[in-house]
Amino acid sequence: MTSRKSVLVLGGSSDIGRATARAFAEAGYDVALAGRDVAALEPDAADLRARYNVELGVHTFDVLDTASFEGFVAGLPALPDVVISIVGLLGVQESAQSDLAHATAIMRSNYEGPSLILGLFAEKFLDRGSGTLVGVSSVAGDRGRASNYVYGSAKAGFSAFLSGLRARASRGSVHVVTVKPGFVRTRMTEGMKLIGPLTVEAPVVGAAILRAVEAKSDIVYVSGKWRLVMLVIKTLPEAVFKKLRF
Amino acid sequence: MTLVSGWGRFPVVDTEMLRPRAFAAVADAVVSGTVARGNGRAYGDAAIGAVRTVAMTGFDRIRWFDPATGRIRLEAGVLLSDLIETFGPRGFLPFVLPGTRFVSIGGAIAADVHGKNHHCEGGFGRYVDSILLRTGEGELIEASREQNSDAFFATIGGMGLTGVILEATLRLRKVETGWIRERVISASDLDAAMRALDAGDAATYSVAWIDCAARGKDLGRSLIYLGEHAGKDKLPAGAAAFPAGKHPGLGVPIDLPPMTLNRFSIRAFNELYYRMGARRAGGTHVVSLYPYFFPLDSIADWNRIYGKRGFLQHQCVIPENGARDVLGEILGRVARRGDASFLAVLKKLGQGEGILSFPLPGYTLALDFPVRGDILNFLDEIDRLVVAAGGRLYLAKDARQSRETLEAGYPAVPRFNAIRKALDPAGNIRSKLSQRLFDGV
Repeated sequence: MTSRKSVLVLGGSSDIGRATARAFAEAGYDVALAGRDVAALEPDAADLRARYNVELGVHTFDVLDTASFEGFVAGLPALPDVVISIVGLLGVQESAQSDLAHATAIMRSNYEGPSLILGLFAEKFLDRGSGTLVGVSSVAGDRGRASNYVYGSAKAGFSAFLSGLRARASRGSVHVVTVKPGFVRTRMTEGMKLIGPLTVEAPVVGAAILRAVEAKSDIVYVSGKWRLVMLVIKTLPEAVFKKLRF
Repeated sequence: MTLVSGWGRFPVVDTEMLRPRAFAAVADAVVSGTVARGNGRAYGDAAIGAVRTVAMTGFDRIRWFDPATGRIRLEAGVLLSDLIETFGPRGFLPFVLPGTRFVSIGGAIAADVHGKNHHCEGGFGRYVDSILLRTGEGELIEASREQNSDAFFATIGGMGLTGVILEATLRLRKVETGWIRERVISASDLDAAMRALDAGDAATYSVAWIDCAARGKDLGRSLIYLGEHAGKDKLPAGAAAFPAGKHPGLGVPIDLPPMTLNRFSIRAFNELYYRMGARRAGGTHVVSLYPYFFPLDSIADWNRIYGKRGFLQHQCVIPENGARDVLGEILGRVARRGDASFLAVLKKLGQGEGILSFPLPGYTLALDFPVRGDILNFLDEIDRLVVAAGGRLYLAKDARQSRETLEAGYPAVPRFNAIRKALDPAGNIRSKLSQRLFDGV
């Protein structure tokens, strides 16, 4: 009997985190959920145990507490096969323009924390000679837009980090996936005006991440339409782009 | 405010829609004039709050499952489709499967939904062991047959009016496979159909589809579908023990124009359906549970076939004695009218579980009508026939019955209202349906 594969989901209590954990549990992975509030993760853990009869652990993880990262990794019962970072903070662009603390929280939650923790796991994976790292970045990182450039720039930094890490780690049999979900109907986007045909539900993202891990994809736009939309947005001349307010 | 309707898309009303993420937030969400909503499969105004509607589908976690007993504890927003897909492959299915699998557990309890096995195995409520209810007064109570039993039996079939169902403990059925051994019987008229259903009393599942375009000597001609759970030894070679449930892909993308359904298209459809079914009659074959239990689920948004004005489903139950004559009279009027649609279902029911549960021993007939012309008057006349025969209408399908029809059909309304009052003295839990049929004026 071969031992089962294991996955660690950082940001496990978010809607995309839940959906991703569920997709992997359904596929037979043992799952560990990590988040700031372990008590909030427990109902999701119980749900997956009841559904799929898999091993399920929960761990405290705060993406802003970078000093705790080494202890967090060392404290895991075993080094997982797959680590997925879903943590992030959308924040409020208008506040972030003048509130430095809020802007800092957005930058650290979307860039600094996720990059450092995946970087740490990358070293462990390279030592072992196997493993897959998944970073959930955003189409917002493809080009800074007037309406969300604080968030977008942090995601751009994260995407760049993942890109470089992928190039380096691929020589050591460690794979890195960048996921760009586009609009997803979740708690984070509740109340936002989302464009229907460009919007997906969280389970679609979970399934796409599972597929990307199994197929060893590099960069995944959850909906193919977004690749096209972002291609257009990326190729607009700056003189035109700067007049847009979206 | 949000415009909301039930599955029949009639009536469409304004309500404040809230989507709480935690049980604590449900408490804050309940104001005077609130009702909980599951997956919106009730046809009329049952799951629309008088003022505010609390969407429960976000509460979709399983708490625990005990494979030794088949008992499961879950949040009220879990869908039946989710239960089937998750636990079917592990050898467990809900005991009661209604005509659509896209209903929430909370909704299934509130409507005490029935399936094709009601005549012998009862309704959804029979397999509910306990319910975690947030009453209108704000109290959290666990209600079961032993504890808070008044609240328990008022909540089963109580249309969400006793409070917000948060969690429930159910019993699941152990099955070997997800396949059904189906036998189709063709019946040339109503008498033959009723005889076939009576003869099918011993079958676990039985239902008749009626060609409601047939008239004269063909009135009530039907196809009767009997079913049993298939053991592993009955499966076709190579078949998986549990079939995959395909999610409906492209369904009805737009509201069809009103002329789509007319007496000619309905007649043609019914004729074709009857002939195709009759060809399969006689033999026994093994079919996946999905087409057997949920034939319409394969067409996403089939309710749009009726156009944007929506449709009404009229589902009555008539006590066994004298049912033949009343059913004949109803079908005769419907056939003469000509616009009843392709969903006409006849089946036998047994005793209901809750105080306000729809089923009673007899025959239930479900008919669909597009909302147009004098349909409301026509249905009022049908109601008079139903009431005179000691029957009643299914609240989960209802959008238009009168208080008189309700009170004649449900003699337990005063008792139900008294329990409701005890749980919710201020009358916070109120829906559009309760305003229409239950609440003081």
